[in-house]
Formats: sequence, structure tokens, C-alpha cells
Amino acid sequence: MSAVTDTAFEPALSVKDLTTVFETPGGPVTAVDAVSFDVMPGEVLGLVGESGSGKSVTLRSLMRLVHAPGKVAGTVLWQGRDLLSMRERELRRVRGGKIAIIFQEPTTALNPVLTVRVQIEENLRAHTSLDGRQRRARAIELLDLVGIPAAERRLGDFPHQFSGGMKQRVMIAIALASNPRLLLADEPTTALDVTIQDQILKLILDLRDEFSMSVVFVTHDLGVVAQTCDRMAVMYAGRIVESGSVTEVFSEPHHPYTRGLLGSVPRGGAERTLLTSIEGTPPSLAAIPAGCAFHPRCDFAVERCIERRPALEAIAPGRMVACFRQADVAAEAAAT
Amino acid sequence: MTLGEKPGDVPLLSVEEVVKRFPMPQSILGRIAGRPRLAVNALNGVNLSVHRGETVGIVGESGCGKSTLARCLVRLLDPDDGRVRFEGRDIGELAGAERRAFNRRVQMIFQDPYSSLNPRMTVRQILGEALSVHKMRPRRHISARIAELLDLVRLPQDAAGRYPHEFSGGQRQRIGIARALCVEPDVLVADELVSALDVSVQAQVVNLLLQLQEELSLTVVFVAHDLRLVRHISHRVAVMYLGKVIEIGPTEALFSAPRHPYTKALLDAAPELDPGRRSRQAAARGELPSPLDLPQGCLFNSRCPFSFERCFAERPLLGERGRGHRAACHLSEFGTPTFVASVKAPA
Repeated sequence: MSAVTDTAFEPALSVKDLTTVFETPGGPVTAVDAVSFDVMPGEVLGLVGESGSGKSVTLRSLMRLVHAPGKVAGTVLWQGRDLLSMRERELRRVRGGKIAIIFQEPTTALNPVLTVRVQIEENLRAHTSLDGRQRRARAIELLDLVGIPAAERRLGDFPHQFSGGMKQRVMIAIALASNPRLLLADEPTTALDVTIQDQILKLILDLRDEFSMSVVFVTHDLGVVAQTCDRMAVMYAGRIVESGSVTEVFSEPHHPYTRGLLGSVPRGGAERTLLTSIEGTPPSLAAIPAGCAFHPRCDFAVERCIERRPALEAIAPGRMVACFRQADVAAEAAAT
Repeated sequence: MTLGEKPGDVPLLSVEEVVKRFPMPQSILGRIAGRPRLAVNALNGVNLSVHRGETVGIVGESGCGKSTLARCLVRLLDPDDGRVRFEGRDIGELAGAERRAFNRRVQMIFQDPYSSLNPRMTVRQILGEALSVHKMRPRRHISARIAELLDLVRLPQDAAGRYPHEFSGGQRQRIGIARALCVEPDVLVADELVSALDVSVQAQVVNLLLQLQEELSLTVVFVAHDLRLVRHISHRVAVMYLGKVIEIGPTEALFSAPRHPYTKALLDAAPELDPGRRSRQAAARGELPSPLDLPQGCLFNSRCPFSFERCFAERPLLGERGRGHRAACHLSEFGTPTFVASVKAPA
């Protein structure tokens, strides 16, 4: 039941029923609830949602970066092997190697007391068989690749000597050191200014083309999704509520939450008019409403939505929605 | 509609050649050696006028001076040079009752709804304090006024007895708005009002602001980095770069035909919501120069794809480029520059 059913391609990564539960004094909190998706080779998949939707925990769970009291269940298939049941030693070869990850805050993700050179070479030492001289040459090459001017001279600099945008480039250089096949990016541009964000997004797309990597892009910014992703999955309260190609989801949202999210962002042409906002706030993961988690905020909610939780079902090839009233939502969206 | 661009009209708030520097800490060695003390040049001669009833958006990237400007407008900071006028009076010279009146009539709402509300005070205390300081209502009417204010910002009545930590970010921002409105101001200065909020909640607060502005005929200065939001809310927009307004104009004119290469880069860099329209070219090269050491000539010259000799020698002035539309660029002085042609049409 993969979302994209082109049999000619095997998915690079296949996530099935990923569930992450945190044991807290107040009872178990389900941050990620039975999330399934595939990432095809060379594809950019966007995981979109607001704070607390579980998008970042999903990313961390599939790399086994969630620690106690968190528990992760499900399967994450990578080249036929399950990352979640793999031995720690084997996992280490994959994590940071063929699967690389970059985080939102380059300032906290980089080690402030080590030079950039040490931090890049660390990864080269762990995942390649290059000798010292080759590692240095490769480190310069990588900094050059991610667009850091005077790469050779900057090699000995510490993170604080770089600007925010340049630090994120260094992060990307470290991630690329091991020639990854899959890049996991957790809000990589959220802390950056718009012109710098634009540069970094274009850089990630160029690198995707050059190395035919797959990318999973976690973001809350719909504009970033529209500009960079091929497919998208919208998350709400720990579950995927809608997925499909970016073009289709943007032009024809079937879930009321997706529709509300798209309406919440001002577009040019209707200045100073009221936006179609979603009433209320996203629920706390410790108190997810029964039935459809979105029903208290939903204009389309009927009794059924309060009693039962809609399953994520295919409505067209490559399009999935978890809403009892998806047909009505789409019809109304088309009418307005 | 170019509100407030009629000649002879006295602006409600005006900023004239405002300069603000923040000196850097200096080492003892540096002081002994007599090295000149460095300063962050936050505002480098800003001019701006805000007319009654209009919303002026101030947009720019981090470090452009937009928050410093907002703080100068409400006199949280005093400019090093130049002046801010309110109804024609220099606010730096106001004292006593006049100063208090100014403090009441120009209100600020802050960015962070978590740190801008006192965690030990209930909403009733937060709103009541402002009401009694400015003697807005006799003591016995304060409760009724608080109830009115909660209605105004669409918060439930039982909110009055609760503490800030019991509210979500969006609700806290409503409390911040209620606190600003309880003294019945003429001007609201909102610094990144919704940037800490989730998208779905942002829309609620933006809608509230639009409605309140109509209801109470407020004048709003909306400072933000989000171009889409600024475009949505503002009648006029000022774009700042390195402590200067580099372009200002009616929202539609500025967004559909920007006359400064930086404005164009900013517009192109903002990711468009339409997946059908993608560009693979980065909109701007390079990064912001250090505000400690401003470039000679045009402040944008190091990143501008169109810069020529004159841009490195002479700093362009903010010149008229259309009705109420001004830009500080040597290039756009002579008719329509080439970069306007490639600008995306409004969606």
C-alpha cells in the first residue's frame, strides 16, 4: 500500500506503522501514531505540520534518535533491512553514513570548541577509508561544494566565526561527507532569513540532482514545501491526515485541516481581507481528542467524526486522506 | 488608495533622519591603545511618516533595524540623532503630563507572548494595572472594562482569573493586544506580532487585528519579516536594509513593481505558495555586510547584481519613483530598470 505505486522503482525508504510513545508521569503520550510513508529514490518528500504534530519526532524515530522514556515501534525498511531492529553497531554505519541528518539550529548542532575541519573529518573518518591528506582535500572540496567562499582558509575556523547561513552550509557539508543516499532535514531553514533560506533550499535541490539523493524535508512552512518538495504528507496530532503530490494537494486539498492551513497563509491579491483561519489551537499530545483528532476545530465535523477515527485511505493513485467527509471538502474547495 | 500621501497633511507619527548606534564593549587593551570604539549602526538616517488610520508595514531581514525603529517610535529608545514626531511634536521633548499622554496614545505589542507577560499576575491584574496607572476608569468600573476588553479580543470571560501560563501562544498574544488596547491608544506598534505562532493561529490573530483596526479606527505600524503577512495587512510598506529605508510605497505598487534590487530579491526569495511556479535560481547572492562597518556608497552594493561605479562612490537618496513610491537606487532614477521586468506577477 505504498503511496506511489510505480512498480519500476523500489522505495529508498519505507516506513510502516511507525509509532513513538513517551512514558510520562501523567501517562503515555503518543507523539507519532502509526505513520507510514515511502520515499522514492531522488524524491523530496515534505512532512508538514504545526508544532506538536509529530513531524520532527517522526524523523528522529526513524533514525533511532529517540531515547528513553520514548519507545519506538513499527518498521523502517532501508535497502531491505529494518533500521529499528538492527544492531546498534550496524546502525552506526548507516546513520550519518548512507542516511544523513541536518537540524534546525546550526548553532547548537555544531560543536563550538572544534574547528570546522575537525567536524567534517570526523565524519569522513567514520564513514570513508580516506587517509589524512585525502580527508583534508575532501573537506575543502565539501566546503566549496556547499558554497563557502575561500574554503581552504575557512577550514580552521570555529563555528562562531560563521554566520547563521554559513553554519547551515557547514552542517550540510558534514552531512554530505559520507555520500548519503538519503538526507533527513529537520526545518533546516527556519532559523534563517528569507534570502539565505532561499540560497540553502536551492543548494539542497542542486545537491539532490547532483548526487540523486532522496530528501525528507520536515517543515511548517507551506511556501518551502511548494518550492522544494515533490510529494508531501500533512501531519496533525501525530498522524498523517493527507498525502500526495505537492501539486495535487495544493490545488485540491481533501482534508479540512490541509484546506485550513492553505487558507491561513495570505496570498497576494486579496489584501486586508479576513483569512480563512482554523479556530482553536492544535491539541496537546497528552490530550488528543477522541475520534478524529481534528474534529473540535473542523467545520465539517459530524457525529461520526467524534465517535470514530477515520483511517488514511487511498482516494486516487498516490493520494491518501484520513477524513470521512473528504469528498464534501474537495467539492466545496472546488466551488469557492 | 495611497492613504496619507496628500500634500499638506500632517502625519500622526513621523521619523526624521533617525540615527541609532549601539556601542560595542571594548577591551581594556583596546582602550589603553586608544583604538576607536566600535558601534553597531542600527539606524542610519531613517525617514518615515505614518498617517492617521493607515497601516504601515516595515519589513526587512534580521539586523535591518526594524525592531530598533519600532522601539524608537514608542520611545523605548532615544535616537542618537534625528527625531520622532507625534502630531508634529518631538517626542524626545515631551515631559510630565504630555509624556504620559504620549505613552498612553502610542502602544506597543511585543513579539514573544511568553516573556512579555508577567507570569505572576492574572489577566485581571495585567489589564487592571494599565487601566489604573493611566486612570482610564474609576475603580468600580474596572471589572466591567476588563470584561469588555476580553470580549474585544475574543477571549472567554473566565480568562480574567487565570495566569499567562494557562494560555496558548495565540491566546497570550490576544492578552498582549488587550493590554495595549485598554488605554485606548491611537497608534499600535506591533513588532513581529505573530511570528512566534503556528500558521493556523497566525491567521486568527491577523484577522483580529484587521477587525480591531476597523472597529477602533487605529493606526498600525506592523513590523515583520514575513512579506506575505506585511503585504496582506499594510496600506503602505517600507523595506529596510542595514538601518535604512531603501524603498517605500503603496503595497500594491511596491509588490508588483519594486524599484529597488533588494526589494526584488526579497520578493523572489520568499517561497511562493504555488508549486507550479518554481525557480531554481537563488534570488540574492552573499550576505548582510557587518553593521559595525558600513559599506561606502549604496549599502546594498556588495550583493547587487546591477551595481556600477556610482553605487560604490555615492549613497543613493530615497527618490520619488511614482505616486508615493520612493526608492534609494541610482539605477531606478532613469526610468524602469531592467530588473523590474522579471518580477513575478501577483498570484
